[in-house]
Amino acid sequence: MSNSTSKHQKIETNIGLMIVLTIVAISFGTLVELFPLLFGQQVKEPIAGLKPLPALALEGRDIYIREGCNTCHSQMIRPLRAETERYGHYSVAGEFVYDHPFLWGSKRTGPDLARVGGRYSDDWHRAHMYNPRDVVPESVMPSYPWLFQNAIDAGETGKKMAALRKVGVPYTDEDINGAAAAVEGKMEIDAMVAYLQQLGTLVQTRR
Amino acid sequence: MTSFWSLWIIILTTITLVAMTWILVGNKKPRERETSQTTGHEYDGIEELDNPLPFWWYLMFLVTIIWGVGYLIIYPGMGNYPGLLGWTQENQHERQVAAAEEQYREMRDRYLAMPIEEIAQDPQVLRMGQRMFGNNCAQCHGADAAGSYGFPNLTDDDWIYGGEPDTITATIEHGRQAAMPAWGSILGDEGVANVVAHVLTLNGRDADENAAEAGAQVFATYCAACHAADGTGIAAMGAPNLTNGIWLYGGTESNLAHSIRAGRNGVMPAFGEQLSEDKIHIIAAYVYSLSHGQGSN
Repeated sequence: MSNSTSKHQKIETNIGLMIVLTIVAISFGTLVELFPLLFGQQVKEPIAGLKPLPALALEGRDIYIREGCNTCHSQMIRPLRAETERYGHYSVAGEFVYDHPFLWGSKRTGPDLARVGGRYSDDWHRAHMYNPRDVVPESVMPSYPWLFQNAIDAGETGKKMAALRKVGVPYTDEDINGAAAAVEGKMEIDAMVAYLQQLGTLVQTRR
Repeated sequence: MTSFWSLWIIILTTITLVAMTWILVGNKKPRERETSQTTGHEYDGIEELDNPLPFWWYLMFLVTIIWGVGYLIIYPGMGNYPGLLGWTQENQHERQVAAAEEQYREMRDRYLAMPIEEIAQDPQVLRMGQRMFGNNCAQCHGADAAGSYGFPNLTDDDWIYGGEPDTITATIEHGRQAAMPAWGSILGDEGVANVVAHVLTLNGRDADENAAEAGAQVFATYCAACHAADGTGIAAMGAPNLTNGIWLYGGTESNLAHSIRAGRNGVMPAFGEQLSEDKIHIIAAYVYSLSHGQGSN
């Protein structure tokens, strides 16, 4: 048996050594991926003016996740002219600091939505969500008519905010206590439109 | 990035590179052992071979490591070290934008200085305008600009906020917010029905005469301030003409009654924050052309 075979053999037949080496290998991943995040403030700087989502928009974000919008719509404008010309200023890291989880997506069956806020009227969003073909005849987007029938569960919103605060989103007690009142009587479509209309509005450039 | 985290990245990257190289080179089996050997494990007649890496595979691994080192020298990757080329995503984007500026700036400035009526005859402007319209306006107004329920048709001669070059430009740049109040609680069901009757007669359609007469009174009191006494509308108020049979929210009796009862507050978003002056100028020319000259049939 050659030297290298014995090295291999030594590891595979010595379970204690193998455990130690496995831990070393995994800890590298930890050092790269996790360790920097423990020092959040140093590596995650919000852009100027970034605020946690208001109660209604936060509910809208959860609906966005529930309906899987991020499977067909990205929220990430890359720094390429072809993209910034169409969608607006490229996305910057500081915009996503309060996103848990972020919704960058990786596939564009529909257009990018990172800066869709303010681009269309509320009425357009309603018509479009009810039946996309009513406003864009060639659209392949599904219809979401139930958003117009389901009310927001106002009892949950404050809890969601409290949970997000635990992972570093700076909601105040006032925000959390006022959450139920802010979404009381609203339908899911209201939340959805509120969420969409604020997307990416902090960074605006004329192009 | 602080220098601590910069150093952190540099150290981890270096350790990884060195360790990979060591795993590859330090554990290389001599080539003379090319002939098949087994590890000695055997189970049910199945044996585990212990061949050295194929040489081409070994070389590819080596080339990848060398490539990686070269990449880290030329491009950013090692913490705050910017790389020999000084390349960043941002400056690449800036170069692309600057190149496009240089290519199109002169042409756009030229068009910007020309009146919309004039460039609306220019096929090149219309081609550009159509592209920009497709990207920014078609979602609401339709690819053919003929609009749909709640979104105005831009190809006819009926304009809510005015169809002159200046008003079209202003609409695109600053947006529009319609402010038709809800009259249901003020007029009551009968009042609404009467006004509907009056509006129908304005269009030469059949309606109950008594109701229309009563509706005319109400119209003069509440509606004429914006829609004008004869119902032909006032563009400065964003109040549409109610006499030409063109309806943004449908022209059936129930459509009209709903508009009066619940009001209408259609919004045209402002594009002045997003699109440059010259692009708005070109889009305005395209929109203008749809009902004047080349674009209209």
